[in-house]
Amino acid sequence: MTPTKNYMYKSWWKVLSVVLLIYTVVAGLLIKVPDLPALEETIRNLFFHVCMWFGMMILFTVSVINSIRYLRTFNLRYDIYARHYATVGIVMGLLGYATGAVWMSYTWADPNNPATASFSTIAREPKLIGAAIALLIYFAYLVLRDSINDMDKRARISAVYNIFAYAMLFPSIWIVPRILPSLHPGGSEGNPAMNFKDIDSNMRLVFYPAVIGWTLLGVWIATLKIRLSLLKEKQMIQ
Amino acid sequence: MSSARHILTLFKKELLLEIRQQYSFYGILLYIGATIYVLFMTMDEPEAQVWNGLFWVIQLFICINAVAKSFLQESRGRMLYFYSIVSPGNFVLSKLLFNSALMLIMSLLSLAMFMLFLGNPIQRALPFTGLVLLGGWSLSLIFTFLAAIAARAQQNAAIMAVLGFPLIIPQLLLLSQLANATFNPVLPFHGSTIALLIALDAMVIILAVILFPFLWKD
Repeated sequence: MTPTKNYMYKSWWKVLSVVLLIYTVVAGLLIKVPDLPALEETIRNLFFHVCMWFGMMILFTVSVINSIRYLRTFNLRYDIYARHYATVGIVMGLLGYATGAVWMSYTWADPNNPATASFSTIAREPKLIGAAIALLIYFAYLVLRDSINDMDKRARISAVYNIFAYAMLFPSIWIVPRILPSLHPGGSEGNPAMNFKDIDSNMRLVFYPAVIGWTLLGVWIATLKIRLSLLKEKQMIQ
Repeated sequence: MSSARHILTLFKKELLLEIRQQYSFYGILLYIGATIYVLFMTMDEPEAQVWNGLFWVIQLFICINAVAKSFLQESRGRMLYFYSIVSPGNFVLSKLLFNSALMLIMSLLSLAMFMLFLGNPIQRALPFTGLVLLGGWSLSLIFTFLAAIAARAQQNAAIMAVLGFPLIIPQLLLLSQLANATFNPVLPFHGSTIALLIALDAMVIILAVILFPFLWKD
């Protein structure tokens, strides 16, 4: 792949990302939202919290696709792609937790209990378990990958683990939350942000651009890290 | 059916190795005995929920210990020899088969030990035994494949735990939820959850067969 053909080096989607994010923040704080009990104005966190998880899953998916491409071609470039998309996915996951923690402290946490007592009940949420599994898997992926010195072996073994773990992750993220009881919206009836009955049409106008904007930002960060690694490993990669 | 014959031959070889080097088999037995005895010493008869939780966690650790050696014991030279005579799919299938059988025996033994030392909260014995076998099988499948990864990374069993714990959480959740129903006859027993567990096991086998060829090339 020559640099001129690679989307990594194009700038239009980076501009798009910035524009969409400015729109998300401005419109997200200004539009009229439905006044729901318990949620009230905190519903605006949808444009930040849910987008982090969407971004995380998309980046992890891209990482797995690159692992598959590595196993098909044995081109080390794809191994570097897979690693950095996974890292940025982890960062988005942690941000998802952070925004979720802020949100739940206004909606779920019982103000009469001390924070630690609320925590143990909230941490049992199936959605949180699913997210924790995803993050633990990718932490383990990084530990495994960095524990091997030989470059080709490292790429091959971590790609195998990435594919295996991702295939196991999906049942846990999509099925287990639908079996266990949950406070979190979207238990048995699918993802609430994608459900046309639940989400206000005004909010959808902001939500979809927000998902695209945040994901593009994640991809942008990942491509910067990838470009740095590609420069460092220049001799190794064909 | 030459591939079935290959798998059977490799299975016999595993069995023969196990019989010749009995220390590893007895090592796992001792591990089960010692762990459950320590539990017995540190607590009286636990209530059903605690019993259930402890049981599945101990199963997890037994599985890691029983399965870890399956690939770690193979020397470089022996792997090269296998590489030249069998297909990777047959090789990994024979390992999966052998470890499943090993883990089924170990699961039953640890169940018996648990009932003996920590009391018996089980109301429906037969379904619970079935669950233990299914759980032992699920655990052994996942950890066999992770043992292959850990062995190729030249790592010890500790990395197996790091790699495997996040993957096994959903299965353990489903298993302990199903097991709770066997403690209390009022709770419903979900057949669909069992089907889901079996589907996950089938997926692990398929993934192992697809991905193992990439692991064992050097």
